[in-house]
Amino acid sequence: MTDVVDVALRLLIVFVVFLTFPLIVGQTEHKVMAHMQGRLGPMYAGGFHGWAQLVADGVKFAQKEDVVPAGADRRIFQLAPAVALLPYLLVLVAIPIGPDEGAVGQVLDAGIFFVLAVMGVGVLGSLMAGWASANKFSLLGGLRTAAQLLAYELPMLLTAASVAMAAGTVSLPGILDAFQWWWLPWQIVGAVVFFVAGLAELQRPPFDMPVADSEIIFGAYTEYTGLRFALFLLAEYAGIIVLCGLTTVLFLGGWHGPWGADGLGWVWTLLKTAVLAFLVIWLRVTYPRLREDQLQKLSWTLLVPLSLAQIALTGIVKVVIQ
Amino acid sequence: MTHPADITHPAAVTLAAAQHGFLSPTGVEIAFLLVGLATFGAALVTVTTRQLVHAALWLVVALGGLAVEYLLLTAEFIAWVQVLIYVGSVVVLLLFGLMLTRAPIGRSPDADSGNRWAALTVAVAAAAALVWVVVDAFRTTWVDLDGPAAGSTAVTGASLFQNWVLPFEALSVLLLAALVGAIVLSRKAKAESSLPPVNSRAATGGSPSVPDSRNHPIGGTARSHAAKPVAGTHPADQEGAR
Repeated sequence: MTDVVDVALRLLIVFVVFLTFPLIVGQTEHKVMAHMQGRLGPMYAGGFHGWAQLVADGVKFAQKEDVVPAGADRRIFQLAPAVALLPYLLVLVAIPIGPDEGAVGQVLDAGIFFVLAVMGVGVLGSLMAGWASANKFSLLGGLRTAAQLLAYELPMLLTAASVAMAAGTVSLPGILDAFQWWWLPWQIVGAVVFFVAGLAELQRPPFDMPVADSEIIFGAYTEYTGLRFALFLLAEYAGIIVLCGLTTVLFLGGWHGPWGADGLGWVWTLLKTAVLAFLVIWLRVTYPRLREDQLQKLSWTLLVPLSLAQIALTGIVKVVIQ
Repeated sequence: MTHPADITHPAAVTLAAAQHGFLSPTGVEIAFLLVGLATFGAALVTVTTRQLVHAALWLVVALGGLAVEYLLLTAEFIAWVQVLIYVGSVVVLLLFGLMLTRAPIGRSPDADSGNRWAALTVAVAAAAALVWVVVDAFRTTWVDLDGPAAGSTAVTGASLFQNWVLPFEALSVLLLAALVGAIVLSRKAKAESSLPPVNSRAATGGSPSVPDSRNHPIGGTARSHAAKPVAGTHPADQEGAR
């Protein structure tokens, strides 16, 4: 009986995190972007600095009519947001935030493969949306999404493999247990490649060619309104949480920190994740969008060779220190 | 699964057919069967549906069902790799190809092959051969689901690099050959299209990487360049698409 309660409690916590953290990131994005652009951002909803802006947005989305275009493939069109969103919920289950047994939703033996595999499935949602909308802009967005995923999945996998080699395990808590501070300089190239490739997989600026609003309106999501559109947005922000959490766990040592190791490990995880999320927002405000050919070039001619070099370095150091 | 005589057996995969009751299935076995049926159904729809993209999406269901079967057999690593490679990459590539060429919404009347019966024969023969070989090879072998996971990453890695290292290396050489072949093919196509006189291209102002004069084998280079002088697809695009 206690097992059932324990599992239910863990799932509930993961679910609450899944529902609240993306909103926090979204609100932070509103405010950070605004201040970087010399304005205030939302100020009225909720009273204090517009804290309830996203809640109000959610209410607005829920009230809108749910439109399915006449020429669309109804069922797939309606299913797509769920396929885009659910994988990120599943990934959150596997990310450890603290050193204890209780600080992870579910310990998985092949954690790295689980998170990368399931994250890849999320892109299917965008593809389905792009195809089923019966709209050429959506189809173009879907095509770009697919091309981007194919290009950036490889460097992501390779750099994750580098960490797995260093730790000698593919379980996420196992990697954190094996972490040493000097892994940070050792794996720094891999960390950058992983983070950049992850940004591209999330289609965040500067890699937002699939939703480039000045060219193809909003890519695969052009035809969506109301709650389903909100689900796609939620998927994007949940993706930011997942990517930052994963980068933290794989490359930045997760709950390891200079002090406060006992009981405060989760604070380090959250802090590192938050800093990375800020970086994601910062990049959005700073960089112009990459053109499609630049996108592909960056991945195939820079990130893939860099990640291969990182794997070679990891292997050499691993053999030397043994 | 109950193994009254084999509880203390150290090996994860045990010979326990005698103790194993065929008519008293456990929950895992029932789940295995149901998921198997669902997977089979999805696979059937994949090959029979008239809607091309639906076929690809049903393929996702079938491949995902296979991953669940691996999970039920405690082969966690294989299951996630299955999702990563097949669902995450192969199907995405398939969808990409479909969307790039033709992906109409609704039924494609020409999606049916005239080789239906030949295909069915081959499929049934292949399935029968596989089932026969697997059943014959593993007749009395049962996966012990209660003991340590028989398919954990450590176990899989150890057996792969200790017992099966030669097939593994042969496979990697094969894949490397395929990779090199793909690069050679794509480079050759580019070299052909850049062979024609540079002057004509400079005159028409086309991009130096005008692709695929192969599509115009008769008209010659002049016509093909005149026909599409600004088909300035960047080579990186094409490489990415592959």
